Amino acid sequence: MGTVSLQLGQCGNQIGHELFSVISDDSNGPNRKKYKQCSDERFFYESSTGELVARSVLVDMEPKVISQAIAKASKSGRWRYGDKAHFSQKQGSGNNWANGFCVHGPRHEEAVEDMVRMEIERCDRLAGIFTMMSVAGGTGSGVGTYITQRLRDSYPQSYILNQITWPYGAGEVIVQNYNSVLTLSHLYQLSDAILVHENDTVHKICSHLMNIKHMSISDINKVIAHQLGSVLQPAYTADSPCHYNRNPIGELLSSLVCHPEYKLLSLSNIPQMSSASLAYSAFNWPGLLKHLRQMLIASARMEEGIDWTVNVTSGGESVTNSRHKSFNSSLANLLILRGKDVSTAVTDGFKDPALYVPWLKTENCFSTWNSPVAFNGYEKSATLVSNSQYLLKPLDNIVRKAWNMFASRAYVHQYTKFGISEEDFLDSFTALEQIISSYTHLS
Amino acid sequence: MTQSIVVQVGQCGNQVGCRFWDLALREHAHVNQTGVYDEALSSFFRNVDQRRAGGADATGGRITALKARAVLVDMEEGVLGEILQGPLRSLFNSTQLISDVSGSGNNWAVGHHTYGLTYREQIVDQVRKAAEHCDCLQCFFLIHSMGGGTGSGLGTFVLKLLEEEFPEVCRIVTSVYPTAEDDVITSPYNSVLAMKELTEHADCVLPVDNQSLVDIVGKIQHMSNTGKPSCTIKKDCTIISGHGGVVKVEKPFDAMNNIVANLLLNITSSARFEGSLNMDLNEIAMNLVPFPRLHYLVPSLTPLYTLADVNVPPRRLDQMFSDAFSKDHQLIRADPKHNLYLACALMLRGNVQMSDLRRNIERLKPTLPFVPWNQEGWKTSLCSVPPVCHSHSLLALANNTCVKSTFFDLRERFVKLYRRKAHLHHYLAVDGMELAGFNEALSSISDLIEDYTHLEHPLMPNAPRLAIAT
Repeated sequence: MGTVSLQLGQCGNQIGHELFSVISDDSNGPNRKKYKQCSDERFFYESSTGELVARSVLVDMEPKVISQAIAKASKSGRWRYGDKAHFSQKQGSGNNWANGFCVHGPRHEEAVEDMVRMEIERCDRLAGIFTMMSVAGGTGSGVGTYITQRLRDSYPQSYILNQITWPYGAGEVIVQNYNSVLTLSHLYQLSDAILVHENDTVHKICSHLMNIKHMSISDINKVIAHQLGSVLQPAYTADSPCHYNRNPIGELLSSLVCHPEYKLLSLSNIPQMSSASLAYSAFNWPGLLKHLRQMLIASARMEEGIDWTVNVTSGGESVTNSRHKSFNSSLANLLILRGKDVSTAVTDGFKDPALYVPWLKTENCFSTWNSPVAFNGYEKSATLVSNSQYLLKPLDNIVRKAWNMFASRAYVHQYTKFGISEEDFLDSFTALEQIISSYTHLS
Repeated sequence: MTQSIVVQVGQCGNQVGCRFWDLALREHAHVNQTGVYDEALSSFFRNVDQRRAGGADATGGRITALKARAVLVDMEEGVLGEILQGPLRSLFNSTQLISDVSGSGNNWAVGHHTYGLTYREQIVDQVRKAAEHCDCLQCFFLIHSMGGGTGSGLGTFVLKLLEEEFPEVCRIVTSVYPTAEDDVITSPYNSVLAMKELTEHADCVLPVDNQSLVDIVGKIQHMSNTGKPSCTIKKDCTIISGHGGVVKVEKPFDAMNNIVANLLLNITSSARFEGSLNMDLNEIAMNLVPFPRLHYLVPSLTPLYTLADVNVPPRRLDQMFSDAFSKDHQLIRADPKHNLYLACALMLRGNVQMSDLRRNIERLKPTLPFVPWNQEGWKTSLCSVPPVCHSHSLLALANNTCVKSTFFDLRERFVKLYRRKAHLHHYLAVDGMELAGFNEALSSISDLIEDYTHLEHPLMPNAPRLAIAT
């Protein structure tokens, strides 16, 4: 079964390239024949000359990033992108969601859809469509949203998982909050789940955990790709304990998204460190899982600086008790364990009913995948994909900032110029306020 | 890759324009050592093969003959004549130059109405020809001055033409503002009349003020003469130097004009070269212009010079960021730090990392007042190719209420003349110019000043969020 990826816009294409690099490097490690076979089938196909070609379509409105990605992939010698699987234009969307969604999207939909269909037809069975894009700019967000909409129409039964990158709080694109609000509100209607990476979080991981002094965009993308790879690479699941699961996207969705109102997924992983210190570190499963659990309930973005005073309070009645800090409540969690002695890991800490909403059965809320193969150089590693209140605060911040700007009608003329009206903005704000309200009142 | 066309109008516009072409050639020669006509070159230059009729504009081939994507307009022959005899002559076909003999006599109305009408067809023809040579035309750069007759009058007429003929293409205008002691007595009239056109028809205006350019030149010359041995300026490595270009003879205003040329080089660098965080030209207006009329972006360039000492401590890099906000690095006389920011772009070139950028934004943010609804109004870009002779550089574009003071002064000087109806008859004698034009221009600049003032007192500081019934 194959997963077809879409790399949209500058950010999506950079992350996509890093993701395929991580997957390819990881699969080529020692003693992992079956693992590699399964991973290769999932993400690549073999060309007539025997080369591995990524099942990916690259879309951008300007050529620079795509040509870099294609050149770097060919240079790896292990894999490359398809000759006819990339689409670029000469002029970008200028950070304007409306330009991407109303102009560039409709203008190029046929070309892009044809490419996606070619890739889908190449799979003997389609596991799902995985898109990567940022929400801040114009192309990834605007064109990406439009293409997602077209794909939803053409493939109503297929899984669509959108990976999106949330911008830094400040400093990339000034209208990023408008673009984010418009993207998220539309995607929420279309996508099966939205997997979110926050640049601010990843930036902190790079500086605090990886000790990177002069951080580049590529360092940040590598961390995102590492996290994605740890989810998407082959693993055993409860349903298939002896064979690698065949459909990571389908199984991920069925274990995490139980209700269409709740589909924001966050990722956290442990351990994460520079390769220099990795060589001198030893890990044990109880320690890793204890940290990861506390990261979950304290809503901590990384292993460092976790608030250990946050406790899970049972029954819900003492949540209001001022002695307890409120904890991050979950709808569902998926724990992915990779590495040595994975069968000895005890995951009971994640099975506490108090972690979850009362209206779901706990046994449906928690799942584990595992694989004895060490991932990407880490002897042991754990990744948690969580459908929880984790993203509530950043989402609320985006909506608050966008709303402040909208109250002054600043920048709105740039959007109405391309056909997005004030009404459309209001609809998007309403949709997101609804999501915020739903996640706030979980229990 | 997209292309841009430069339209330079009037004496000042053409002098600045030529410094731009010279420095652009120098920069590309520095980066492109192989002599191949690459994508970066194609943004401002065509590659013409004289042997073939159609010309060879495809990238990847050898450079045969470079032609500037430009239209040069002046109503006197002097400056254009010099260009045709000077070392840059091969860059232009004679048809790209449009000139008259008599000049506009420092009269906006003559430039705008008389010459506008006469040369309209010819200008449109030449611009259209230049546009046809572009694969994907993204932007027009108009260079002109505000004080005279041709640059100000005909320049703003050309701006209107560009909007009519190419409504989709972004228009970025570099306007050189006169000093208060300008020797053109009618310069307040010309400037205020031109302002109305700029406010209505440009996407972005980069105001540059002669006095600031003089001050910066003075500062650099002072440094290079009296610098302590520990901070000797690397020779010819200042933003006023044209060293290394094809034009060897230095003219009196070249130092000042080189600053403006560097501004244009830096603003386009991210669209021309590779970088991990590119900024397209159409992103400038999108991010920096929250309201259509408030599109005046105050530029500042740092560093002004590179020291001979090759070690760059991080402190010096941070200093570059601080300088970009200081009063004496602005290209117009204004103090952004003590006024309100609507939005700010930082365009970096050379050896600067994402983390340097983030660190400095965090550091400077608390000292800079931003409007409440755009507290994080930063747009950034990183271009990996530094300017010639520097290891890194920064261009800051600030949409800041400090431009108001320039407009305020201009209006004062306008009113002083207008109250006495001084020199009015020269304007009203021109066909197409009426007294109403003066009143409209005056109220346009007054409205603009008012708009900036209003921002300092926001209407809805804390609009309540939409409430969801639970």
